[in-house]
Amino acid sequence: MQKVEQPHDDIHLTPNVIEPGHTFGSVTDKISALALRKRTPIGWFLGFTLSFAVANVLMFTIAYLLMTGIGIWGNNVPVGWAFDIINFVWWIGIGHAGTLISAILLLLRQEWRTSINRFAEAMTLFAVSCAVMFPLLHTGRPWLAAYWLFPYPNTMGMWPQFRSPLLWDVFAVSTYGSVSALFWFVGLIPDFATLRDRAKGKFGKVVYGMLALGWRGSAKHWARYEATYLLLAGLATPLVLSVHTIVSLDFAVAVIPGWHATIFPPYFVAGAIYAGFAMVLTLTIPLRKFFGLEDFITHRHLRNMAKIMLATGLIVAYGYMVEAFMAWYSQNTYEQFMILNRMTGPYAWSYWALIFCNVMVPQILWSKRVRHSTFALFAISMVVSVGMWLERFVILVTSLHRDFLPSSWAMYSPTIFDWSMFIGTIGLFFTLLFLFVRFLPIISIFEMRTILPQAEMAKED
Amino acid sequence: MKKSTRPPTYGLMAEFDNPTDAVAAAERVYEAGYRRIDAFSPYPVEALSEAIGVHSTKMPLIVLIGGVLGGLGGYFMQYYVHVINYPLNVGGKPLHSWPAFIPVTFELTILGAALAAVFGMLALNGLPEPYHPVFNTPNFALASRDRFFVLVESLDPKFDRDATRAFLNSLGPREVTDVQH
Repeated sequence: MQKVEQPHDDIHLTPNVIEPGHTFGSVTDKISALALRKRTPIGWFLGFTLSFAVANVLMFTIAYLLMTGIGIWGNNVPVGWAFDIINFVWWIGIGHAGTLISAILLLLRQEWRTSINRFAEAMTLFAVSCAVMFPLLHTGRPWLAAYWLFPYPNTMGMWPQFRSPLLWDVFAVSTYGSVSALFWFVGLIPDFATLRDRAKGKFGKVVYGMLALGWRGSAKHWARYEATYLLLAGLATPLVLSVHTIVSLDFAVAVIPGWHATIFPPYFVAGAIYAGFAMVLTLTIPLRKFFGLEDFITHRHLRNMAKIMLATGLIVAYGYMVEAFMAWYSQNTYEQFMILNRMTGPYAWSYWALIFCNVMVPQILWSKRVRHSTFALFAISMVVSVGMWLERFVILVTSLHRDFLPSSWAMYSPTIFDWSMFIGTIGLFFTLLFLFVRFLPIISIFEMRTILPQAEMAKED
Repeated sequence: MKKSTRPPTYGLMAEFDNPTDAVAAAERVYEAGYRRIDAFSPYPVEALSEAIGVHSTKMPLIVLIGGVLGGLGGYFMQYYVHVINYPLNVGGKPLHSWPAFIPVTFELTILGAALAAVFGMLALNGLPEPYHPVFNTPNFALASRDRFFVLVESLDPKFDRDATRAFLNSLGPREVTDVQH
């Protein structure tokens, strides 16, 4: 089809959610061809190989960790929680944007979410997979963690402690992972049917056919399907807000200065969405370029995501201000010391780097011109990802390394295995992502059909 | 229906290339008194479901039941553990410290509701169902691309192979075809 010249270059016009000229057929063919094509682009092999190599770093680190124990990490009293929990919170937070896009924006009838929700949900699942590894391995003996974490009747007659936020976390994260996976799979069923009907080879027909569960697009089925999809969105909305709230309670329920704050739940949720949108942008911008999806993921999407990033970034900035204000206002020596130590102590670099990345840099998103530049958005979202990682570093390490008694003060520094584990999860994340973009429809095909003008019913009466 | 009395075909399928015609046709079919009918579309068309007589689903009720069971089960699991099976005094807190039980109760409510939603939907839809006669319809692969179909089953009491075919042909389809078993 010919490409209609669009106000791509005029930054003052609102760009389309989908470029004109598409039909049910063209949308279907274009997206399904990405999963069904015979020839895999060489770039995919390069990216996959690199990611898989990095994921192997994770595998070796875990093997060494299990043989030796968590002493290979740098955390030790008083900094008992460090990279393991920083990375856990960072990954879980990244996942939140996927659920926000797929559930909350669906309920708010934001049409533009349609072309990015599948992809963002996949990102959620992969991020959660990376996240759960950290606390699980932090137990040191994950094979025993089954009865530490889950209440099942065992011969020792022991139960986990339900009054502990750490156990709430187990339930929050496992529910979140399960519901995200269900939501993702339900969304994929009609698209698996599309791939089954388009697949040329026997293997594709069989595999996509099994995954499609025999979906045939019956109107009776669609009615239940639509009801289910909306209900799942309604369930995922409070769920996603609860997950990072409960993660923040891991800290807020403790008595450590810098953790014991009532602002933590909203501040963590906003930070999660902030980091998540930064990651969605980081991934979307190269993806739409390499797969030629500019018609489906337009400047409208990038611009809206930038606006959400700016808004949640401001909430996070407010959180930083309130932390400092409350330290002064509480007149509590420990609170005041904590904030002064953050700003001027041995880890002051991390605090100011955090303010630079999370508060200062994103302010340039106020400019329409910046929101329109894919390069600028890509760079800013990288900076925000770093900033949100630093935020968790500041919260954990600077709060713990100065204990109540100066005799138990210490410094923390990560070891090579802290880094290899963190970088390894990034490799795992990208490995899963590369597999996803190769074999599954990266944009929800059936939902794209619904936003085409042809889907409008002609008025007859 | 015994095998010996099984009709020679599964039904008749009319094919349309846009949602408006398909919905109009489905409405006419329903008005003509056919009840064992179905329609197929590549994306959810609410009017099409309405046209073949689907006005509400049981999904909200199923999800509510799943949520209530998940929540009650979650709360009483914690009550059982901390009050009945292994009472343990932690920091002088009451054994039945209900506020601390709320987060897990909440999460299990959502989990119960979500599992009920997905498995309830699949069960009511009869999925997974690897084989279905409608897949024998020529062009049916396009039902997952850009075509819309309206089906009248041969088990419908009003079904008459010739009369029904003529009726479907009068609704302006691209084609009307027999659906083999």
